[in-house]
Amino acid sequence: MGMQSNLGRVRGMGSAKDGVHHWWMQRLTAVALVPLLLWLVISIIAHAGAGHEAVSAWMGQPVPAILMILLIIAGFYHAQLGVQVVIEDYVHNEGVKFAILIGLKLLTVLLGVASVFAISKLAFGA
Amino acid sequence: MAQFTLPANSKITDGKTYPAPAGAKRVKKFKIYRYDPDSGQTPRVDTYELDLDDCAPMILDALIKIKNEVDTTLTFRRSCREGICGSCSMNVDGTNTLACLKPIDEIEGDVKIYPLPHMPVIKDLVPDLSTPYAQLAAVEPWLQTDSPPPPDKERQQSPAEREKLDGLWECVLCFCCSTSCPSYWWNGDRYLGPAVLLQAYRWIADSRDEKTGERLDALEDPFRLYRCHTIMNCTKTCPKHLNPAKAIAEIKKMLVMRR
Repeated sequence: MGMQSNLGRVRGMGSAKDGVHHWWMQRLTAVALVPLLLWLVISIIAHAGAGHEAVSAWMGQPVPAILMILLIIAGFYHAQLGVQVVIEDYVHNEGVKFAILIGLKLLTVLLGVASVFAISKLAFGA
Repeated sequence: MAQFTLPANSKITDGKTYPAPAGAKRVKKFKIYRYDPDSGQTPRVDTYELDLDDCAPMILDALIKIKNEVDTTLTFRRSCREGICGSCSMNVDGTNTLACLKPIDEIEGDVKIYPLPHMPVIKDLVPDLSTPYAQLAAVEPWLQTDSPPPPDKERQQSPAEREKLDGLWECVLCFCCSTSCPSYWWNGDRYLGPAVLLQAYRWIADSRDEKTGERLDALEDPFRLYRCHTIMNCTKTCPKHLNPAKAIAEIKKMLVMRR
């Protein structure tokens, strides 16, 4: 504890003028994920017992491929935003916090791109 | 990072017991947190047995009776004893409330009384609220205008405009809500907390105020505002039955609407 006044300490470096975009995108991706996840669950149930060939062929068709890519993008974006909040809530060491946040963003982009590539491969052939 | 060992003064020991007077018929046990940071001792819980037939109905009445008649060293804040000053906020039976508004007979079994959670303790039931007070000052909770006031009358407000302040102006700043909020526990140095955000919204919602944009600018921050994750402890615990969570949601809505 230094000798700074309480008001000075509370005002700190001022408002970051940020946070609305994060909040809005978290809601937007949540809304998008409702129909997309319903579609995925229904589709998986519909393909119960089908072989690898059949499912791969189905996923390679335009509509399933497009919906699956949308689901991957919305899902990884939403997950990244949500985990970021958890990290900011509980990790109080600034250095550790930034390291985890950078790792988190890079990891979600990596996993998202890899997933989109996998779907594209099913759609456009090997 | 998370702390895995708690500080020594978080370990609470059993303290003294003050038995009920002889001949007492309706005995209730009050288990009260006692801590004097200057003593070098860890906190303890003292037990006071009171005869409810000889005690007024509210928790604050019991505390005053203990201080007057049993143990003068018991320390707590109180002033108006009718829910207007916001001084006697404390954790009674596991919930933050005003001791003066909480009837003793609403509590089954022993009455456990602790200070507001996760605040530094000055002594016994008196928490150090200087950070939330500074946070209140930081949102500048007063009318701010550029237009001069009308020369012959007050600044006017329609009944509909005035109605928007209902549920906001009644806050007595007891900080029961802020100290019930886990986000405020973990990030209270940067998150403003429900009490202060409700006050901020009270001036944002005031039709006479001309600094709405500046007020929203000052709140638009991942920590100051967006640490609220809608847990709703604030609204659940408010002894004045206000809804800080709704006020915070309104601020978030306005920030989206002005984009």
